[in-house]
Amino acid sequence: MHFKIILRILGILLMVFSLTMIPPAIVSHIYDDNVHTIFYLCMAITFSTGFIFWLPVYKLRQDLRIRDGFLVTVLFWLVLGLFGAIPFYLSQEIHLSVVDAVFESISGLTTTGATVVTGLDDLPHSILFYRQQLQWLGGMGIIVLAVAILPMLGIGGMQLYRTETPGPVKDNKLTPRITETAKALWYIYVTLTLVCMLAYWLAGMTWFDAISHSFSTVAIGGFSTHDASIGFFENQLIELIAVTFMLISSINFGLHFFAWRRKSLLHYWQDPEVKFFLSSISITILVSVIILYFSEHSNSLKAIRDSIFMVVSVATTTGFATTDFASWPTVLPFMLLLTAFFGGCAASTAGGMKIIRVLLIVKQGHREIKRLVHPNAVFTVKLSNKPVGEKVLQAVWGFFSVYMMVFVLMLLAILATGVDQITAWSAVAATLNNLGPGLGEVAANYSPLNDTAKWILCFSMLLGRLEVFTLLILFTPTFWRR
Amino acid sequence: MKIIILGAGQVGGTLAENLASESNDITIVDTDSERLRELQDRLDISTIEGVASYPSTLDRAGAEDADMLIAVTSSDEVNMIACQIAQTMYNTPTKIARVRSYDYIKHAESIYCKGAIPVDVIISPEQLVTKNVKRLIERPGALQVLDIASEKAQLVAVKAYYGGPLVGRQISFLKEHMPNVDTRVAAIFRKDRPITPEGDTVIEVDDEVFLIAATENILPVMSELRRLENPYKRILIAGGGNIGARLAASIEDNFQVKIIERQSERCNVLASELKSTIVLHGNASDGDLLIEENIENTDVFCALTNDDEANIMASMLAKKLGAKTVMTLINNPAYVDLVQGGVIDIAISPQQTTIGALLTHVRKGDIVAVHSLRRGAAEVLEVIAHGDSKSSKVVGKALSDINLPSGTTIGAIVRDEQVLIAHDHVVIENNDHVILFLVDKNKINDVEKLFQVGLAFF
Repeated sequence: MHFKIILRILGILLMVFSLTMIPPAIVSHIYDDNVHTIFYLCMAITFSTGFIFWLPVYKLRQDLRIRDGFLVTVLFWLVLGLFGAIPFYLSQEIHLSVVDAVFESISGLTTTGATVVTGLDDLPHSILFYRQQLQWLGGMGIIVLAVAILPMLGIGGMQLYRTETPGPVKDNKLTPRITETAKALWYIYVTLTLVCMLAYWLAGMTWFDAISHSFSTVAIGGFSTHDASIGFFENQLIELIAVTFMLISSINFGLHFFAWRRKSLLHYWQDPEVKFFLSSISITILVSVIILYFSEHSNSLKAIRDSIFMVVSVATTTGFATTDFASWPTVLPFMLLLTAFFGGCAASTAGGMKIIRVLLIVKQGHREIKRLVHPNAVFTVKLSNKPVGEKVLQAVWGFFSVYMMVFVLMLLAILATGVDQITAWSAVAATLNNLGPGLGEVAANYSPLNDTAKWILCFSMLLGRLEVFTLLILFTPTFWRR
Repeated sequence: MKIIILGAGQVGGTLAENLASESNDITIVDTDSERLRELQDRLDISTIEGVASYPSTLDRAGAEDADMLIAVTSSDEVNMIACQIAQTMYNTPTKIARVRSYDYIKHAESIYCKGAIPVDVIISPEQLVTKNVKRLIERPGALQVLDIASEKAQLVAVKAYYGGPLVGRQISFLKEHMPNVDTRVAAIFRKDRPITPEGDTVIEVDDEVFLIAATENILPVMSELRRLENPYKRILIAGGGNIGARLAASIEDNFQVKIIERQSERCNVLASELKSTIVLHGNASDGDLLIEENIENTDVFCALTNDDEANIMASMLAKKLGAKTVMTLINNPAYVDLVQGGVIDIAISPQQTTIGALLTHVRKGDIVAVHSLRRGAAEVLEVIAHGDSKSSKVVGKALSDINLPSGTTIGAIVRDEQVLIAHDHVVIENNDHVILFLVDKNKINDVEKLFQVGLAFF
């Protein structure tokens, strides 16, 4: 472990991150809501901390090893989660406790979208904007951003990149050089955000709402500037735009990259992951429409509209709401939370276990059945006619079992703090999959939970964002052994 | 520049390492996924698994917009076919192939041209290594010999010993001592660290000194740093493979050559191919055989088999039994630093030789040749200066006025047939070949920029 080089990188990243306090400060000036001093203060604190980290080791030049990469990534999410909480803690308008501020900040950065704040509509614009911006920064990944803008990460950048990118195959680079890959990802991300913003504005949102919601839509976050979330607008067109961009953002960004470079859309339909993703969402929507239609709650048009929005919002792990889905017939909320476990595609901004892993597990199950029929036959698991390596398959199984174990352990821990079953189950599922809203007590808001449960859920969100292993590895003795 | 390297072996890997650090987009192709993973962990490159000559593989590697294809797989045929396909399907501008087999090289002019196999540059490591060893044998006492400007000048690396007239004195003394010979000390490595030589730098014992001089002046200059060894006469080569056989053939007219080969069949072939060389059937690490063949009177023992360990062991044995100089072919770069300067006098690294030759074609602008020194720690560049005093940053200027990047020295200038050793007052003219010496490879881009012609030229 090279602690000095880790300290140096951490210092630089913190100093860069301090610059992200500027946009909310500008918003504060525009709306004249007197919060800008807090942002300037936070900027000073973050910058000077980074400077203090960086100064004693600024001359050091060394490459990052694989192990250092894990530590840097985890430390960075952790440290930013803490520093990002300062504005929430200091701000007079929402006066959150330490745990609430950290919860809100980590929920933002990990694009979970679970909130402990109520009365969003009355909060200063700059604070609201800051929440949305946290989600946007976390969406594509802070490390990917850092690799794109800090050329000094160089080769070490690959070690970092791998610890953060979601999906079972982590070596896939879009371009030979890692910096170019990271830049390409961010270009796509920024473009999507701009288009989404424009669409929202044309559909009738104010500029402020359009910018804020485009941030949390493309990041698959789920924060809103209103307590009623997207439902506040009561606008069909806005819902349609949100659904479209949630789907686009939860598709592999590699595919977007090829669409952009080769100027074709054909490969979307040839990608097995996208096919599986879209068809599983369609089936869920269909089931939900049928159940809603036969229950007494609603007329058919409203059933279809609500089903489409809520299924897409939950299955992509965004967590926007147009209606209170917790009050739907019991089977639906549970089914929706299960789709959140599937999550989006690999290398997207969505959370969950990622569709590709589920697809591989299904295919392996199918293979085992075929093996029983033909004991001597040789079957390989294939994705679009290319064989998938046994190592990848093993890794997928390993991931799946650890994911489930982590889920069960945290569920037990939350139950131990005295929370009821449904709330505990849904809270862990919603945070581990970076979804946001749960059921029971946490259907709208996480503030009723006790402090211990909130700390556990913070950990759960980080676990989900870093795909479990990157964070878990730090708790193994092997990692620290020299 | 977008470069595709086919083959992730020793040469491919080292090449990728060299090029990736110079901000090129490198894609490397191989069938061995483990090797690719290992390379990708270490370097900022992308990797493609697949058979290098298949069109589908080349397509995935991005041959469509690649600027250069370097085929260095272990198979000559795959290398050639890959170049053919790159030309036919993607019209890749530059195609370089490594070809080992002597048969393919013998008829190079008629095979490698447009309409036949479109390979722009053929790299033959065996040929390069053979030439390298031959030069070393012709320059007793040199650690490394490089031909510059088509053999008009040479650069030699010499270790300074007690008794050399210049040892313990300032470099400027060289001029007083040998007023008729023009030479320049291009760099000094002291305890593996580079020193930029100034006139008042004092040469110490055990320094590795790099000298540039016209080819005919090299021997007298070398004698300034060490007692000159008598010209070599008796050469013993261990290993009658490609390199050994070719070396024997090229030097047997001027030296007494013996060659030891393990396989009796190969011995028969060698005996019928070679004229005056004595072919011995046996094992090079057999002490009795070496003693029988007068190892104590042998001037040079060359271990040239393809097995590093066998080469090192045989060389150590030969040295102990009394061989004056031992040269050893070592593929593994880690071994080179380990053994050179110890028992083994000169370690020859085929990769470094090959990579130097390859880099020549990769570098931008008018770089004619690149030579790696000290296993790649330093480089010698041969650059052509173009333009006039307005458009170029170098032409029309005296050497003392040129703003060179730090760690870079100009060693010599070759103008037409003439070798001018670099002194401060020499003025560079259009079309001069400038020989630069770099101890810091990161400065290579700065040098390229320095020699690029400004817009006024066009």
